[in-house]
Amino acid sequence: MAYEPVLTKHINEPNSYTLDFYMKNQRGYEGLRKALTVTPNDIIEQVKTSGLRGRGGAGFPTGLKWQFVLKDTPKARYICCNADESEPGTFKDHVLMERNPHLLIEGCAISCYAIGAKVAYIYIRGEFYHVQEILEAEIEKAYTAGYLGKNIFGSGFDCDVYIHRGAGAYEAGEETALIESLEGKRAQPRLKPPFPAVAGLYQCPTAVNNVETLCNVPLIVLNGAEWFAKLGPEKNGGPKLYCISGHVKKPGVYEASMHTTLRELIYDHAGGVLGDRPLKAIIPGGSSVPLLTPDQLDIPASFDGVQKAGSLLGSAGLIVLDDTVCMVWLAMNLLHFYRHESCGKCTPCREGCDWLYKILQRLERGEGRSKDLDLLFGVSNNIVGKTLCAFGDAAATPVLSTMKLFRAEYEAHVREGRCTLPAAWRAKQPLFAGAH
Amino acid sequence: MSFHPEMEYAPAKFHRSERKLAEPGEPFTYTPGNQARFDQVVTRYPADQRKSAILHALYLAQNQQGYLTAAAMRHVAEQIRCTPADVEDVVSFYTMFYTRPVGTYVLNVCRTLSCALLGAERVTEELGAKLGIKPGETDSTGTFTLVEVECLGACDRAPVVMVNDDWHEGLSPEQCATFIDDIRARGGAAFTGCHLKKEAGSGQQAADSGQPAEGSKK
Ligand SMILES: Cc1cc2nc3c(=O)[nH]c(=O)nc-3n(C[C@H](O)[C@H](O)[C@H](O)COP(=O)(O)O)c2cc1C
Ligand code: SF4
Ligand code: FES
Repeated sequence: MAYEPVLTKHINEPNSYTLDFYMKNQRGYEGLRKALTVTPNDIIEQVKTSGLRGRGGAGFPTGLKWQFVLKDTPKARYICCNADESEPGTFKDHVLMERNPHLLIEGCAISCYAIGAKVAYIYIRGEFYHVQEILEAEIEKAYTAGYLGKNIFGSGFDCDVYIHRGAGAYEAGEETALIESLEGKRAQPRLKPPFPAVAGLYQCPTAVNNVETLCNVPLIVLNGAEWFAKLGPEKNGGPKLYCISGHVKKPGVYEASMHTTLRELIYDHAGGVLGDRPLKAIIPGGSSVPLLTPDQLDIPASFDGVQKAGSLLGSAGLIVLDDTVCMVWLAMNLLHFYRHESCGKCTPCREGCDWLYKILQRLERGEGRSKDLDLLFGVSNNIVGKTLCAFGDAAATPVLSTMKLFRAEYEAHVREGRCTLPAAWRAKQPLFAGAH
Repeated sequence: MSFHPEMEYAPAKFHRSERKLAEPGEPFTYTPGNQARFDQVVTRYPADQRKSAILHALYLAQNQQGYLTAAAMRHVAEQIRCTPADVEDVVSFYTMFYTRPVGTYVLNVCRTLSCALLGAERVTEELGAKLGIKPGETDSTGTFTLVEVECLGACDRAPVVMVNDDWHEGLSPEQCATFIDDIRARGGAAFTGCHLKKEAGSGQQAADSGQPAEGSKK
């Protein structure tokens, strides 16, 4: 049975981002109209029955998250849309905002109604300025048309959607760090509990949701929870966007159901490995998750399927690696990222990432010692589980995972005193500057 | 001093919290246009939460002046009604704020995995060779600054280079020298590498977009 895209069906048509197009082709704002005829609790129940799971990384059930939002309080409540999208290998949210912005705006409004909020802030990463321009103009149009603002559809429901531009920090994607950043501080996570559902933005009850998650909400309201759940395997319902990058012939964002296997994604959707080279490994869910090997490609690319195979679906950022990729180099490349992006709040993460990077750099330069392998292992294990947020575990993952699967490559670096797989796409001179 | 027999504690040269603050600089106030923009943005947040507008306030100042001096940060502090130390705290954390002069065009080369797999290291090398500078440096004419940045969220269009706020996708190492020549010759008109601009022929997207901040470099 062929899968028909719902989130991205029209994205390749010109003007798909306009309000007119949305009204004509996507039953624009009918979901919001319908939502306002039932109680907020009904919406939460519908989303719960649909089984929608957060698309931001953790896969937490959205309905449940909304249910936890404290209702019995005089305080304001908020929706924060997480459009930080900084996980390496992930690039789906900006496609939605760029090509289908009204779906997100409608999703924000319905979500606000569901949890009793009047304001949604879309926290968009600073580098997405061209996307922000489109989104801002379309929000303006939604106001003019009466889909945002005061007394929407005469229901008495008021809703404002504002954009908040970040300024370059991966850690701002973590939900409590996002809230701190929205409050005008450094993007450093808070100690949990209290969870944002109880004390989030301005210490008020808050739900933080990913862009893709919120885009699914109007679809659930319009087509029903049953329809949504049936699109995918049990507990993994709905449409899913997959980001495929790295060594593939047709990198890009592909929408599929979570029945789809990793093999289908790589070989059917993305056209197979670049130059038809052998596949060495894949990263199935953004840089923070363990690697999978070619013999594991026939599992469904669902939250549960990938977890069973020993990795995580995360943000569904598939990075495909061909046989020219040196795994020590790969770990070094990613640790450069984590070392740079660590917010510095906890010592194991702040120091550990720097140490890991230095050891990997030493190995890659050919100056590694045999005890460096134990050192890598020791330092990684002193980060995992000992930090304030999930960043720490994420940072140690590339090291632990490549050491587990490709230990021989690490040993070869020490033995031969050089990188054993220098690829043509690498710099001619080693770029070990990294002074920032 | 280190508490670990094998490792040095981070001298933290790389860490954003260690960046040196700028000299005080010329006296700074917003242009009337930027002041009006700030006054408008601040209304998006509850009245007692002016601090939420700090990133926006800093962007306005940076676009007006090219980078953030201590005088500019003090002005932002007055606008936000917080202390200058609060502003410095924020500025030193985020990578998109500059505390010293940068070139007219800041070339941000993505160096993270997906881009690196398709030659980002070579792109940095070629740009650096063409301009005679290393990552982190500005050329002698003050026109270009070369920076390596982390994943820009467009990994399917690798290698990606962001020039100021404009994206250039699929910039191969071979195209780098011509790209620089093109910017030198045509300035901002050379920024044609974003898929939105490439598609603009049919569905015009740029026409109804927002205006850059007053006094912006673009
Ligand atoms: C270090 C770190 C970075 C994160 N970055 C993002 C991000 O860029 N975008 C995102 O949607 N979620 C990100 N998350 C996940 C969020 O914390 C949060 O789980 C998510 O926004 C919740 O939305 P969801 O339930 O709709 O998935 C990140 C988490 C961590 C620990
Ligand atoms: S784990 Fe790292 S990123 Fe997370 S709070 Fe600690 S130092 Fe910051
Ligand atoms: S790795 Fe370069 S944009 Fe993601």
